[in-house]
Amino acid sequence: MGFLKRPFLAFLALAALGLIVNFGFNAYIQLIVLFILVNCLLSMSLNLVNGYTGQFSLGHAGFMAIGAYFTAFTSSKIHFLPDSLQLLEFFVFIFGAGLAAALAGFIVGLPSLRLKGDYLAIVTLGFGEIIRVALLNMDFLGGPRGYSGIPSFGPFMVSFLFASVWILICFFTIWRIVHSSHGRGFLSVREDEIAAEAMGINTTEMKVKAFVLSSFFAGVAGGLFAHFTAFISPSSFTFLQSVNAVIMVVLGGMGSMTGAIVAAVLITALPELLRPLQDLTGIDLRMVIYSLALILMMILRPQGLFGGYELTDLWRKYVRRSA
Amino acid sequence: MHDFVQHIINGISLGSIYALIALGYTMVYGILKMINFAHSDVYMIGAFAAYYVARWLGIEAQPGIASLLMLILVSMLACGFLGFLIERFAYRPLRKAPKLNILITAIGVSLFLQYSGQVVFGADPKVFPEVMTDYVLLTFGPVELRSFDLTVLGVSLVAMLCLEFLIKKTKVGRAMRAVSSNALVASMLGVNTDKIIAFTFVVGSSLAGVGSVLVGMKYPKIDPLMGMMIGLKAFVAAVLGGIGNIGGAVLGALIMGLSEEMVVAYLSSTYRDAFAFGILIVILIFKPAGLLGKYSVEKV
Repeated sequence: MGFLKRPFLAFLALAALGLIVNFGFNAYIQLIVLFILVNCLLSMSLNLVNGYTGQFSLGHAGFMAIGAYFTAFTSSKIHFLPDSLQLLEFFVFIFGAGLAAALAGFIVGLPSLRLKGDYLAIVTLGFGEIIRVALLNMDFLGGPRGYSGIPSFGPFMVSFLFASVWILICFFTIWRIVHSSHGRGFLSVREDEIAAEAMGINTTEMKVKAFVLSSFFAGVAGGLFAHFTAFISPSSFTFLQSVNAVIMVVLGGMGSMTGAIVAAVLITALPELLRPLQDLTGIDLRMVIYSLALILMMILRPQGLFGGYELTDLWRKYVRRSA
Repeated sequence: MHDFVQHIINGISLGSIYALIALGYTMVYGILKMINFAHSDVYMIGAFAAYYVARWLGIEAQPGIASLLMLILVSMLACGFLGFLIERFAYRPLRKAPKLNILITAIGVSLFLQYSGQVVFGADPKVFPEVMTDYVLLTFGPVELRSFDLTVLGVSLVAMLCLEFLIKKTKVGRAMRAVSSNALVASMLGVNTDKIIAFTFVVGSSLAGVGSVLVGMKYPKIDPLMGMMIGLKAFVAAVLGGIGNIGGAVLGALIMGLSEEMVVAYLSSTYRDAFAFGILIVILIFKPAGLLGKYSVEKV
């Protein structure tokens, strides 16, 4: 599991995976794999707020929407580099999308992170909805008709590698931050706010920092999503999308980065895996099964799949010991 | 000016429907400290139960107050039973689990009801049978008071008064208040908390049933996803007034109903959902426990 500590090795591992998917599977599976990457970004970034800092945000889709619209608008309107460097240009725009979302996260977070628990959840939900409704009313972004004609990255392998780079940036940024003194600040806010305050931690500042960073990567995820689908509309970023992100975090185990990734893979793939069942029975039972599985999971394994552990911890615990 | 009065009448009528649903949210929150996201879908099931019973009995042939009351009763029974089942099988096993888990379960139940609704009832909207005839009851110059608005107002007022009586004057109501203020102490004093919590769910859900028939009568188009937006707004209303507080829920719902009507009338109809959340955010930032809620400082 050494590659989890070395970005370049991790990139090679991801690239190998990409090659397998590139040559072994059809376009439908490839698109699902790209969506898995987007959802990984979403769940990892939300994990920083929900899992590590213990603040409950229900408006992640709103920040994703800001990123997606930023990328869509800039990449289809502005060209400042020659065509051969278009990918670099996309990278800059997606970075910009992240910054735009982070700015929104700052504006939303500063007043609302003074609230606690359920109230914070509701306010973030409210902001998510406001962003969506505002987009519905912006005519130059297509309004309810959506925004189409977003340039794509080209072949699957390019999209996959491009997204992989962002996944790694996200993973290592969050991983390093969580294991630094800032990260311990986040954790202390989660464990006991009053005690953290007594120890001299500015809890609001910690929460806002986590929130802004999380919004940044949500914006990046939105930007990638826009490029992958080539069409976005406000209905892609509803309350349900935010809920989906929260479900991924809780399913993976709060405060487990690898858990968030595994859960993102499961949640994205499960509805597609259940598709044959639909052909068999003739009715669409996928979402019914999905929601039932969710309820049972919460009752039977409330701490999530990994429950605060990382894949590496489990590796150390079971594999190394038996060797 | 008379336009304004007309909008106030419409707003109050809308607000009283929100209030019926908001009460369910606020009661459950008051007693369990959880957001019952499935509440809005209980409301949807209530509308469908009333729809099928109305079709089965051929209610459309004799519209009137009697058939309305009967449908309300049917819907209350269906919703109350569903609320009981949800509490028993989804929430009770999680009584001691972390908050987030309960919330996800609530969302899971909500999704389950929505998607099963789409499988069982079909995803296409259905037309709610005409329970009553809508006519202008009174006119004050250009302002008209329609029979629907008066019925909605009357029925919800009666339902709320019944609830007030139940909570303030009966023994079970006292037990509910006791469990809500401190469940552990209440159980030591001989209150069966599980039973009281189940009862709270039944009462809250049946109020949503009343609301569903009133909405079905006023806006006769029902579909399995109808609960989502109205549920969200009712919930916002409950938070606005101070969640856990019965009077606050009614106040919040009236504010929501009136402001929504005013935004649609004088600003833009596309912004009405954003406006509802905007009010909520402003109020929560300045008064974090809602209008009538008590803000408690955490002590160590």
